[in-house]
Amino acid sequence: MIRAAIRGAVVVALLLFATPLSAAPPGDDVDSSAAADRAAWRRVLLLEDYNTRVVLASTTMLGLAAGAVGSFALLRKRALLGDALSHATLPGIGFAFLVVTAAGGDGKALPVLLAGAAASGVLGIGAIMFIRRFTRLKEDAALGIVLSVFFGAGIALLDVSQKLQAGNAAGLESFIYGKVASMSAADARWIAAAGAATLACSLLLFKELKLLCFDDAFAAAAGWPVTFLDSVLMALIVGVTIVGLQSVGLILMVSLLVTPAAAARFWVRRMAPLTVIAAGIGAASGFAGAAASAILPRLPSGAIIVLTATVLFGLSMALGTERGVVVRWLRRREANRRIERQHLLRAAYEILESRGLVEEADPASIPPIELAELLPMRSWSPAALRRIVERCELASLAVLDEQRGLLLTKQGFKAAKRITHEHRLWELYLLTHADIAPSKVDRDADAIEHALEPEMIEELERLLEQRQAVEGVALSPHPVGADDERGPGTDSAGGG
Amino acid sequence: MAALASWDWSLDGWIVAAGVLSAVAASLLGNFLVLRRLSMLGDAISHAVLPGLAAAFLLTASRQSVPMFLGAVAAGVLTALLTEWIRGSGRVDEGAAMGVVFTSLFALGLVMIVQAADHVDLDPGCVLYGAIELTPLDTTSIGGWNVPRVVVQLAIVLAINLAFVVLFFKELKIAAFDPALATASGLSARAMHYVLMTLVAVTSVASFESVGNILVVAMFVAPAAAAHLLTDRLPTMIVVSAVIAAVSAFAGHVAAIVVPSWFGFGSTSTAGMMAVAAGVLFAAAALFAPRHGVLVRQARHAMLAWKILADDVVALLYRLREQNDAATSVEALHELLLARKASLRVVLAWQQRQGLVVADEGGYRLTERGTGVARLLVRSHRLWEHYLATEAGLPADRIHTQAEQFEHFTDEALRRRLDDETAAPRIDPHGSPIPAEASEEQRE
Repeated sequence: MIRAAIRGAVVVALLLFATPLSAAPPGDDVDSSAAADRAAWRRVLLLEDYNTRVVLASTTMLGLAAGAVGSFALLRKRALLGDALSHATLPGIGFAFLVVTAAGGDGKALPVLLAGAAASGVLGIGAIMFIRRFTRLKEDAALGIVLSVFFGAGIALLDVSQKLQAGNAAGLESFIYGKVASMSAADARWIAAAGAATLACSLLLFKELKLLCFDDAFAAAAGWPVTFLDSVLMALIVGVTIVGLQSVGLILMVSLLVTPAAAARFWVRRMAPLTVIAAGIGAASGFAGAAASAILPRLPSGAIIVLTATVLFGLSMALGTERGVVVRWLRRREANRRIERQHLLRAAYEILESRGLVEEADPASIPPIELAELLPMRSWSPAALRRIVERCELASLAVLDEQRGLLLTKQGFKAAKRITHEHRLWELYLLTHADIAPSKVDRDADAIEHALEPEMIEELERLLEQRQAVEGVALSPHPVGADDERGPGTDSAGGG
Repeated sequence: MAALASWDWSLDGWIVAAGVLSAVAASLLGNFLVLRRLSMLGDAISHAVLPGLAAAFLLTASRQSVPMFLGAVAAGVLTALLTEWIRGSGRVDEGAAMGVVFTSLFALGLVMIVQAADHVDLDPGCVLYGAIELTPLDTTSIGGWNVPRVVVQLAIVLAINLAFVVLFFKELKIAAFDPALATASGLSARAMHYVLMTLVAVTSVASFESVGNILVVAMFVAPAAAAHLLTDRLPTMIVVSAVIAAVSAFAGHVAAIVVPSWFGFGSTSTAGMMAVAAGVLFAAAALFAPRHGVLVRQARHAMLAWKILADDVVALLYRLREQNDAATSVEALHELLLARKASLRVVLAWQQRQGLVVADEGGYRLTERGTGVARLLVRSHRLWEHYLATEAGLPADRIHTQAEQFEHFTDEALRRRLDDETAAPRIDPHGSPIPAEASEEQRE
């Protein structure tokens, strides 16, 4: 857990470094003078103002909690549940305001509104569960219906409250888009506490939730209360959503649940570091959004928080060390090159073998092979062949002499011998144990030979009793070469 | 209904018309979204068109329809493309990919709109909930008629969607139910997908200024989902969804005027209430649909349970009478059948009315008619036991439970078959006599 935390912190720090205040728009967007501008920056960066400090802390806490809970939600494939849920909170807000105002209370008190939001959010989740469980509609339709119908009801209720004489409903829409600027220090403390409680709860139940996400059937079989854990996860999602309504807004709240977690998956595979990184990205987004909103109160803070998260997601998708696009591309390129090298080496070995030259143990006496001779062994173009030869030269597996042709080095000859041996072992296995037709084994073996592990080779040798691993190479079970020249020993090996 | 006194067809009529046109246009496409499990993509696209609208605003610095329209459609299609790209090349779960894309685009749109707010009057609220109430104010003249511009626009979109669904019905159907088959038979399911997404974007953009975002999302999903519960055939489903959409649009506007007045408030948002009306109709379909309705299915189960309990009661009375000829109390039935006493009393009261049992000496005994019914049940049961033991080779300890299930669904023809197959036995494997078919006894 500690190592995971350190790793996560490093990744987040790197990401932040790579995003030089991408979320904070350039200063020239501000109408005020440059001096006032600097003052605003100072106020935020040096945390001079108490109110700013509290709001920043609470939004950062929100990001932490949302990132952590979101990583569970993502792995449980509940990514869009947060979307339906956050939209479903709106009628609760409107209803709570109307009822409390009609009863003569302060309809805009944050606890009142959030209690209403939580109630209707839970109702919305209940409706989703009902539709999914009892009708033949699928999850997506359930989410879509609850989202739009509840939101429509919310809009209708808000419309009513705005036309109300008693009580001032202005500001209720800040729950839709999120407005950090409208947050008081008391609200912020309240939100920070709720966020911290959600975060603590998800960390305390870390092991159980992890099990739920990866294998709920096993969890149920092992006696864990899966339904209860599932409801806990839902409750955590509800909690985070409610907490985030005021700063992020209900339309965009789902982003804070989904984006950090999805971004973190590009960096790590394991659950603990995933949660840490997701929480970190969430916290960074929350901080950046609140900071931007303190400097430029006109910008919608929810949108800034989401855009920060998106930028971090984009960077993660590109650069992520585990599943990032660049890393995966490099990995695939390396694998392709390795396969091409192995094809070249085997082709060279088979040519030497057909000339009966492989029995001589002294690699120094191996004659060169002309490229024209190699060309028909596979469907490669002369240019491609030359490129592969160059790469083999770089790996010091072969030397190209322009006059005489390709000369395998000692190392290259050993590799060629091993690769050919592995290829033929697999062919023999397919022939004798998988009943593949002799005309097809070459192609099938081609597909798998590059992925064979040393243990697998040993196993194959044991299975086929080809105990010649050290010195010899298994004999090819089918004709070798581009033309119909028959390889040595074909008949005897084919029967094996 | 005093609130409806202010109803004015030249105003409210146009509002309803705009609502109906947009709702029907959306619901036509919604059928395919629901069937292909893409409902949330409708939601995502209708959120994500915002930056397209804003960009068109910022570039042209005006509220001209054409650039706005193009920008928004481009943004909508971009959502589908980006989602697909992130899902494919980033190997992210589809829902998560969608969530990332549409929230980002929406956030971008919000920021752009706020930046543009100084010189263009564009309000994110107007985009979300629309201004359907203002529909009748902005008119254009068509053939001497003053028709609201929005209504014309929505009518065109509806015509396009209708033409698409009718012309490509076969292709859409295959693509919806079996994309692999569609691709294999030379239709590009992918091309269909993107055409559908483009039309979804077109529909949401066209509906934006008039009825707002929520209404479109609701109409993409709710009517089609309700229709899916009401019918199993695609053409019927499309028609039903269009009707539901139109009804919810009309009911929504009426409700927006009437419902708040019950609580002493003024009217409320029409778009919001149209979404609520669609939700109410969906809930009704989910509960009461003739085949797939939740309550209907429950009721059907309950009826079946009652019928089986009633069968069990008379069959048990018959078997007890074989042993001794006394009335059987409710307590004894309760102990033997393990059914709740309340249900037993209801069943017995009902059977008394049917003349199957009579109350006697604090218990119940079978009437002549009841004996006839019970004899057939017991005959079915014991014939089945015999058949299962002799023909199907089931062990003796398992035949009773099987026969207990089959006896309720065995008619005379089947009993005759069983009788023939097992060479008309007189006693069952447990040694109890198999009663004769009633008609035979009368003949004797």
